[in-house]
Amino acid sequence: MLDFFFHWPLWAQSAVKGLAVIAVLFPFAAACSMAERKICAWIQGRPGPNRTIVPWLAWIPVIAPFLQRLGLFQLAADGGKFVFKEDPIPGHVNKLYFVLAPILAMIPALTTVTIVPFGAYFNQAGQLVPLVLANVDIGLLAVFAISSLGVYSVILAGWASNSKYPFLGSIRASAQLISYELSMTLSVLPVFLWINKPGGAGTLSLFAAVEAQSGQGLHFDSLWLGIWMPVSAFIFLVALFAETNRQPFDMAESEADLVGGFHTEYGAFKWSLFFVAEYAHMIVGSGVFTLMFLGGWNPLPGLPLAAVVHGLEHWISWASHPAFMGVLGVLIFLGKVAFFIFFFMWVRWTLPRFRYDQIMKLGWQKLLPLAIGNLIFYALLIALIDR
Amino acid sequence: MSDFLFYLIAVFTAGCAVGVVANKNAVNAAMCLMLCLMGIASLFVLLDAYLLAALLVLVYAGAVVALFLFIVMLLDMQGGVKRPFRKMTALASTVALALMLVGVCMLRNRVSGGAAPTAALAAPVGTVLKNYAELLFTTYLLPVQIMGFLLLIAMLGVIVLSKKFEGMEDIK
Repeated sequence: MLDFFFHWPLWAQSAVKGLAVIAVLFPFAAACSMAERKICAWIQGRPGPNRTIVPWLAWIPVIAPFLQRLGLFQLAADGGKFVFKEDPIPGHVNKLYFVLAPILAMIPALTTVTIVPFGAYFNQAGQLVPLVLANVDIGLLAVFAISSLGVYSVILAGWASNSKYPFLGSIRASAQLISYELSMTLSVLPVFLWINKPGGAGTLSLFAAVEAQSGQGLHFDSLWLGIWMPVSAFIFLVALFAETNRQPFDMAESEADLVGGFHTEYGAFKWSLFFVAEYAHMIVGSGVFTLMFLGGWNPLPGLPLAAVVHGLEHWISWASHPAFMGVLGVLIFLGKVAFFIFFFMWVRWTLPRFRYDQIMKLGWQKLLPLAIGNLIFYALLIALIDR
Repeated sequence: MSDFLFYLIAVFTAGCAVGVVANKNAVNAAMCLMLCLMGIASLFVLLDAYLLAALLVLVYAGAVVALFLFIVMLLDMQGGVKRPFRKMTALASTVALALMLVGVCMLRNRVSGGAAPTAALAAPVGTVLKNYAELLFTTYLLPVQIMGFLLLIAMLGVIVLSKKFEGMEDIK
């Protein structure tokens, strides 16, 4: 079956792979909204969604009340509501950009996934091959480049709405996103200083970052970079919160002072597109964080996936089969990503929102100097170690 | 395939560039500029210069044009009054056209006159990151430093011009 697939022309293969990734990511992003409801209910000590059920499922005696209390159908109900609700376009907006903004939000969110590897397997020659749509050498830079285009959807949404609160929201967002991009980029430089050995061709690929964390046994070379560079990881994480517009950094929405921020005038399906894009950004951002600082698809520090698979081969003969190894790697990776999505929500329902001046102060006066200091420190340290 | 893509993207880029100049609405013009930069980035990708493409998108399309939009929206600029045609304009455009023609001619001569450029450059400079870094720190070290200083001076100038200093207290 697989051979048949590999005989297709390249563009058809790429199209199928791309559609497959979108088909996985889109429901994932939607499921995040469900997870958010459950987690916020759990943290705030209330039951959360527990009423929705499909009518003909409600007739089953024992299982129905159980399913109803789980509230899992809330997701379908939400989705259906967004599709069938009236989709108003207010009279005072700039129609072209008003419609364009939610679509522009989706494009970078779904494009960045192409560069993020999510697993690896041994091919027949025994080489480790990443599971990724495009394993480009400039990996991380491409992720940053594409995700930096996400700011247009917020700016245009706020401007096209032609009303005060959305406009204020979009102005805040554009300043915030550009400010935190600096710290984010500076925080990952030490990672790539460490990965690129002297004499190598030099790479920014995320697969190389995971490779650098795949050493066996607990010694210096195999440490996850999150342990070895905690300050980088911390700055990256904080900047990630700011870049994805999540609380406590959601200045663009900030419903306490801006009604709904940039999406005040939006409703129904267009509004939901903004949210699917936000969750998709969160998933991709957590993925990038996992790859760079938490060892990607390796289960534990010092215990790479390859070692696990070779160990399993004693009991299961097909353990190093590409399909098994690929699925195992993807599951481990998704597990870590899921934890980070939980972490995003945990923070959202725990910390209060910053004020706008606090956000700017934090970005420019605290994180940026910290990131520069961190870069200089690791540059000196890595030069001293001189691998 | 590559040729077809080149023509497609080149026409798209040129069209967007015309859009930047011709549009009366400043927001439309800024969006056209963004699309134009994306087109140039894809042309870089066709040339295998992935790093340049990524940097162009990251810095110009992602940040600089976003700031343009930010300013345009903040000042709520509408299409200004059309200036009357002056002799200086005609002179300037003639000079600009002549300069562009000279540039195109020189480029043509270089391509047809010298050895085939693809053979001369064994490995394209843009593909390997290390080559980039080496060139930046050896051959082009001085221009890079000068550019850095120019940007610093521009930044200081903006701060001085935009802030109104009234007494010595303000400077602290």
